[in-house]
Amino acid sequence: MKVIFSIVKELWGLFVDDQSYALAILAWVTVSALATRLAIVTRWAGPVLFAGLCAVLVENVVRSARKNSRRNR
Amino acid sequence: MTGWTQSGPAIGASFLSSAVEFVEALTIVLAVGVTRGWRAAWIGAISAAALLTGLVVFFGKALEQIPLATLQLVVGLFLLLFGMRWLRKAVLRSAGVISLHDESRVFAEETQMLKTFGAVHGLIDLVGFMAAFKAVLLEGLEVVFIVIAVGTAAKNLPAASAGALAAGVVVVLIGVMVRRPLTRVPENSLKFSVGVLLSAFGTFWTGEGLHIAWPGENWAILGLIGAFLSVAWLSIRIARQNSALQAGRTQS
Repeated sequence: MKVIFSIVKELWGLFVDDQSYALAILAWVTVSALATRLAIVTRWAGPVLFAGLCAVLVENVVRSARKNSRRNR
Repeated sequence: MTGWTQSGPAIGASFLSSAVEFVEALTIVLAVGVTRGWRAAWIGAISAAALLTGLVVFFGKALEQIPLATLQLVVGLFLLLFGMRWLRKAVLRSAGVISLHDESRVFAEETQMLKTFGAVHGLIDLVGFMAAFKAVLLEGLEVVFIVIAVGTAAKNLPAASAGALAAGVVVVLIGVMVRRPLTRVPENSLKFSVGVLLSAFGTFWTGEGLHIAWPGENWAILGLIGAFLSVAWLSIRIARQNSALQAGRTQS
């Protein structure tokens, strides 16, 4: 039973370790999907999807770095 | 969706990411071999590898039945979450925000833990078998995911499988020769590269699943790889500067 629990926990951990980060990625993909469906963004839909994901990455990295600096004070 | 623009990076991503996971599994298997015996270590590792091979074959065939757009979106999303998780961690490690993964420390801890169990009599040391089996299975699940996701989306499961297999052979051969944890493997650099590749694939296929028309079609993957690499490098610079600024404020 312990082994099965470890496997399930490991599978979850493959995709999520920072929940806010994972949620932000999914939220941006949802926004992009809606924007594409409603034809708000057409030709630039791909670059917009990419740009949003980069913003999520950079924001999380900066926030993590700040949190780490405060912890080390 | 076939062609070298997808197969090449697919083999590359599969090889690199599998190499990282095999190195981590090797550390545990070595610890088992040294403390509990090589028979338990080998049988545990081979049993897990056989189970994982079966999973690749089963899921590879099952996924062929799913409509392409749905498959692209689901596989793309999982790859995106997986790849961006690796990329985030690799960036934070490169920036010194979190510590690097240390195989020698993992080996020491695992060896210490395995020694606490008494001798097990019988045909096979079950403690050692379970430790080796669990390590290879858990690390191998990541390899299976990458092989299936990358291989299915690139419509070249054999190429992705070949990449993973090649990585496994290389790591096992080196492990057998040196008989110690592979601490000199540039693990974070590998994870950084894999994170970039998988984030790019995940973004591309998520877009395909959402019926987004990428400029340059399949060539967009190469553009995404270059762009993610640039953004990740920039993120490392920003995080380092941020940490240096905070340290400066603390000292003053």
